[in-house]
Amino acid sequence: MGNGTSIGRVRGLGSAHEGAKHWWHQRLTAGSNLLLITWLVVSLLRLPLWNYHALVLWLSSPWASVPLILAIISVFYHFRLGLQVVIEDYQHDFTRVIAIVLLNFYAIGGAALAIYAICKVAFQGAIA
Amino acid sequence: MARNAQRPLSPHLTIWKWGPHMLVSILHRATGSALAVGGGVLLVWWLIALAGGEASYARFVDLMTSNATGRLNWLPALVLVGLTWSFLQHLCSGVRHLLLDTGAGYELKVNKAGALATLVISILLTLLIWGLIFYRGAL
Repeated sequence: MGNGTSIGRVRGLGSAHEGAKHWWHQRLTAGSNLLLITWLVVSLLRLPLWNYHALVLWLSSPWASVPLILAIISVFYHFRLGLQVVIEDYQHDFTRVIAIVLLNFYAIGGAALAIYAICKVAFQGAIA
Repeated sequence: MARNAQRPLSPHLTIWKWGPHMLVSILHRATGSALAVGGGVLLVWWLIALAGGEASYARFVDLMTSNATGRLNWLPALVLVGLTWSFLQHLCSGVRHLLLDTGAGYELKVNKAGALATLVISILLTLLIWGLIFYRGAL
């Protein structure tokens, strides 16, 4: 292991032992996204009305709120993995680290907000 | 990092003749990024507005729709149609990638036909979904 070029510094170290997991989880969540988002689109299109009370009634059922929470987890995890690859392709050195940290904050923060909102509607129902 | 910034990273990008497979490949990345940022923010915004109660949801709907007709304003409509197409293009292209992962579909004609099929299907499904929404008077 030398301290010259990028390839020279990693040659002989072997694999990082996490590439396969990233690749597999990207495919796994692609499959769960396909099922859950198809359910979401069909479920919303089948609603008789799209006003506040109709949406709250829909989301109050565990058969809507639970798949929606699962969809949030699946989708936010999927795009975290995907945007990580995009960032790694176009950003280098210091800006790459910053971008990956911001991506993690956005994905985890966004998912937490969404899941909180779904739970609030599911447990509290309609509020004036 | 010992990287010479003067050296090009991808010197091959500009010398190839464009084909459908290249367009679908970069669209997969572009639509995925648009969905993650635009779709993610809009989805969280919608859910938070809904969780805030009737008045908070009314403010969200008021921002997105016209007071006169109750239909979507042009900008939210444009964003939502764009995100719908992005989602469907990413979905079709994603399914194509899952098939390619099995080692199938790399023959030139099959690969080109598959790439074109993702574009045709995503555009047709976008028209179908927004046709339904228009029919119900929300667009």
